[in-house]
Amino acid sequence: MTDAYIYDHVRTPRGKGRADGALAQITPIQLAAQTLAALRQRNDLDTAQIDDVILGCVAPIGEQGANLGRLAAIVADYSEGVPGQQINRFCASALEAVNLAAALVAAGQAQAVVAGGVESMSRTPMGGDGGPWYADPQTNWKSYYTPQGIGADLIATLDGYSREDVDRFAVESQRRAAQAWDAGYFAGSVVPVCDVIGEVALAHDEHMRPGSRVEDLGRLKPAFVAMGAAGYDALAQQRYPRVERIEHVHTGGNSSGIVDGASAVLIGSRAFGERNGLRPRGRILGFQSIGSEPTIMLTGPAPCSAKLLQRLGLGFDDIDLFEVNEAFASVVLRFMRETGVGHERVNVNGGSIAMGHPLGATGAMLLGIALDELERRGGKRALITLCAAAGMATATVIERL
Amino acid sequence: METLKYQVDGDGVALVGIDVPGRSLNILTPQLQRELEQLFAWIAGDDAVKGVVIHSAKARGFIAGADLMELVQAFERGTSKSEAREQSAYLQGLTRRIETLGKPVATAIGGLALGGGLELALATHYRVLSTDPAAQVGLPEVTVGLLPGGGGTQRLSRLIGVAKALPLLLEGKPVAPQQALELGIVDELAEPAQLLERARAWVLANPEARQPWDRKGWKPRDLAALAFPHGPLTAAILQAHVASRGNYPAPLAILSCVGEGLVTDIDTGLRIERNYFAQLLTDPVARNLIRTQFINKSAAEKLVRRPRGFETRKFARIGVLGAGQMGAGIAQVAAAAGIEVTLLDASQTQAEAARERIAADLARSVARGRLGQDKAAAILARIRPTADYAALAEAELVIEAVFEDLAVKAEVTGKAVAAMPADALFASNTSTLPISRLAAEFPRPADFIGLHFFSPVERMPLVEIIRGDATSDVTLAQAMDFVGQLRKTPILVNDSPGFFTSRVFGSFVDEGFLMLKDGIDPVLVEQAARQAGMPVGPLAVADEVSLELQFKVNRQAIELGLDQRFQRAAAIDLVRSMVHDLGRPGRRGGGGFYEYPADDAKHLWPGLARHWPVAAEQPKLEELRLRLLNIQALEAACCVEEGVIDAAADADLGSTLGIGFPTWTGGVLSYIDTLGLPGFVEQCDQLAERWGERFRPSPWLRQRAASGETFHRSSVSA
Repeated sequence: MTDAYIYDHVRTPRGKGRADGALAQITPIQLAAQTLAALRQRNDLDTAQIDDVILGCVAPIGEQGANLGRLAAIVADYSEGVPGQQINRFCASALEAVNLAAALVAAGQAQAVVAGGVESMSRTPMGGDGGPWYADPQTNWKSYYTPQGIGADLIATLDGYSREDVDRFAVESQRRAAQAWDAGYFAGSVVPVCDVIGEVALAHDEHMRPGSRVEDLGRLKPAFVAMGAAGYDALAQQRYPRVERIEHVHTGGNSSGIVDGASAVLIGSRAFGERNGLRPRGRILGFQSIGSEPTIMLTGPAPCSAKLLQRLGLGFDDIDLFEVNEAFASVVLRFMRETGVGHERVNVNGGSIAMGHPLGATGAMLLGIALDELERRGGKRALITLCAAAGMATATVIERL
Repeated sequence: METLKYQVDGDGVALVGIDVPGRSLNILTPQLQRELEQLFAWIAGDDAVKGVVIHSAKARGFIAGADLMELVQAFERGTSKSEAREQSAYLQGLTRRIETLGKPVATAIGGLALGGGLELALATHYRVLSTDPAAQVGLPEVTVGLLPGGGGTQRLSRLIGVAKALPLLLEGKPVAPQQALELGIVDELAEPAQLLERARAWVLANPEARQPWDRKGWKPRDLAALAFPHGPLTAAILQAHVASRGNYPAPLAILSCVGEGLVTDIDTGLRIERNYFAQLLTDPVARNLIRTQFINKSAAEKLVRRPRGFETRKFARIGVLGAGQMGAGIAQVAAAAGIEVTLLDASQTQAEAARERIAADLARSVARGRLGQDKAAAILARIRPTADYAALAEAELVIEAVFEDLAVKAEVTGKAVAAMPADALFASNTSTLPISRLAAEFPRPADFIGLHFFSPVERMPLVEIIRGDATSDVTLAQAMDFVGQLRKTPILVNDSPGFFTSRVFGSFVDEGFLMLKDGIDPVLVEQAARQAGMPVGPLAVADEVSLELQFKVNRQAIELGLDQRFQRAAAIDLVRSMVHDLGRPGRRGGGGFYEYPADDAKHLWPGLARHWPVAAEQPKLEELRLRLLNIQALEAACCVEEGVIDAAADADLGSTLGIGFPTWTGGVLSYIDTLGLPGFVEQCDQLAERWGERFRPSPWLRQRAASGETFHRSSVSA
């Protein structure tokens, strides 16, 4: 086994995932191709050396359908010899793409792989790909399919997180993200997205609400009350029979933002770097995915991280920084409660509540943010983890070089 | 052909008249299916026939569905899944033969078309429905735990769209002619006299008839949305899942037929449908639903338990003593059945207040269009409120519904006896006091009987008829006649404290109380009961009944010197604490196990955990579910052992119609039979080890288990 190294990573800024979002005019293939092109340009890459392009995407239908990996490589003017594939581990897709790339390199089956993901939530809405989970009666029935917001509220109910707890967490996410942007922490990795005439369509995360206060967020209406009343609360209670009533605390303000974006990471062997004069910035120490209870579906990050760390012979204290995707505030609060890791080591530059969660792209974004921050702080290891739909989670531990 | 009348008219239109012998309404029997198959095979080859009109040759109705008895017998015969599939495949094949005949086929639906009847019509190219309001159409299979296995799930959802078809398939409610037209189930409405001619005219005008789904390139209108959360399936799956709590297999099977079948062509869809049909027909839930809710309920309503040899009596005048909720309810249903009612209470004001409440209830029914204004007025006019016992002078039956207190009852009985005719019957609506004890206060105990109605009387179909030690057969027969006159469902019970339903109900709430004492989370207790299929949890229902009342009843049981086991020794201290120490007497008393905030949903009283702390280790929900169901089944078995219940069907009907025992089980005794008595005994032994000797099966029950006896001897009744 050889080591898999991180040579570079880029991400688009995240545009509001709605019709008036800055990236709504940009097709998902363009978002993906522009990150691929950026990697090529920044590293002066001879793309013929790339063995694969693996992209995550959570609603792979229509213009996100088929295989954006191969097609983005063509559009980004990669060598025609570069194949591509598209994967779906729901919200952990892009991190899984990185992990698969690392696996190929570590197994000696590839020299270099570009991995990442893309999601244009303004153009292909969440759930826009359909699927048996919602609409196949047998599958829906057996899995007690319940929308994620109900699961997030159920975590808050089970753990006793109040509305103020989740809002306070959200405010801190906004504060940290704003500070990181202001301090230029993201400048080296965010590549502006250009429109067809070459003008910059977006250069900065668009979803953020810097300066949000707990009082402001407290005025937002809980988002999942009607869904709960439609029957999902009752269904979730059949699965969680000790819950008398689900407290609906999550709102648009303390849940991840719906945004457009893409990400790409260049993973390669040491020989690949040497051959191209590239300096490896980080090393993939290990990765893991698990399944968790599918009705809540958001509780996987802590057990997944624990399983991975145990295999690596590490403890939570051996990790300097954690990126835990802020799908909902309660997801991260649960992670911190379960692992004992304090907020000072978790999502230090804010997260998806502030900046948004372009489903299929987020995992690689978080990995990039973690690596940049390790470099900035001189830290050693970071753990990146995301919960994923239908009850899954993926985690990756990286080490700064 | 025994089931069909056939003629071809001068224009070459074949008229196929369905007339299944020996029945007033057509049923889609196997013989009818075979003969239709043969006839259509023959029509296909007869060039003289240009088209076909199917109609009913009976005076009323089209086809009222399948033969339920035959379906139950198929289960009892041990029909295998592949045999059940073939049964469905045969009817599907017939429907395919009809719709691919190559000649136009229309149905003239002159009356009720349910289940297989509507499925047959859906396989024809055109449907004309009579404007007669009785000409309702629907697919009620779900209510008997089945699905329309003759192409109904496939054709209805293709014809009118998934979104409109699913409620019809999942709720099983028939629709009236106008609605059937609006939904697109039928193509045209016609006056009964025009029906055949309209169908015939269409056939002559459309020689190239073909089903939409057999046209090249045709797609169901919902196809594009079928796999999406906003599509027509997801919300329907949710509603069905929440409601069935996993106990009823039919809704999921129906949803699956539609979800899986619409993506494919019709023939593949039919293949999918018949497999799910096979799954349901061989599932005991369908047998249980049909046997109890249809066959035995209908038999009870036909007074199967009435002693033979007595002339039927029709009551014209009755008296009701006590104008409380029960008395007023009894008066209302009796008046609705055309009986003159003297409604008597201690004061004229009280009696008239009750009549006002009845008037208000009737007015609500009128406002909702369920009752005509004139009918409501007539019902009300039959109720005469009074405080004067002399008004009972012409009563043929007097029903006492006063406070559950021996002295009070003795007093009103005495006053009534003095005023009522010397040959009038007397009934008590008591739910707790022994009938034989009450009969002792009556000069003619042979004419005394218990008629236990359920609240609200207007809506609850069950009447528990209690035969006292001295009750004569003629009194029983006439009491049955009375219940039949009210169109209620009678069950026959012999005298015992709590009779049958209250005993079984008591075992349910007591088990809930004992769970609290065991340290089980009350939220889990309530959820377990609901997941078992009970309409509400034991704590919620105890609050509704009132804990205070339960405590009083218990006091009375002790005063009456009833056997120890009727004194609820294990659980009553909890009731006493709630009422007397904690001031939580129930809902009407301001709160019990639950709190009832004015501006929010009720929730469990947080103080419960202080008095009955929740244990750290909680049992699995499944075990609590078993406790709640098995304790009721054991009590019912005990009622059979003690001779309180003679017929298993009575126990099943009493438990499902009276106290909400889940219908998927078929009822308390059907529940045991479904499990198998040896398995039930073993389960109860395990529960006894863990939770107490009350679960220990009696030697009598063990003996029955060992000898392979069942409570239901034949497929149909006790």
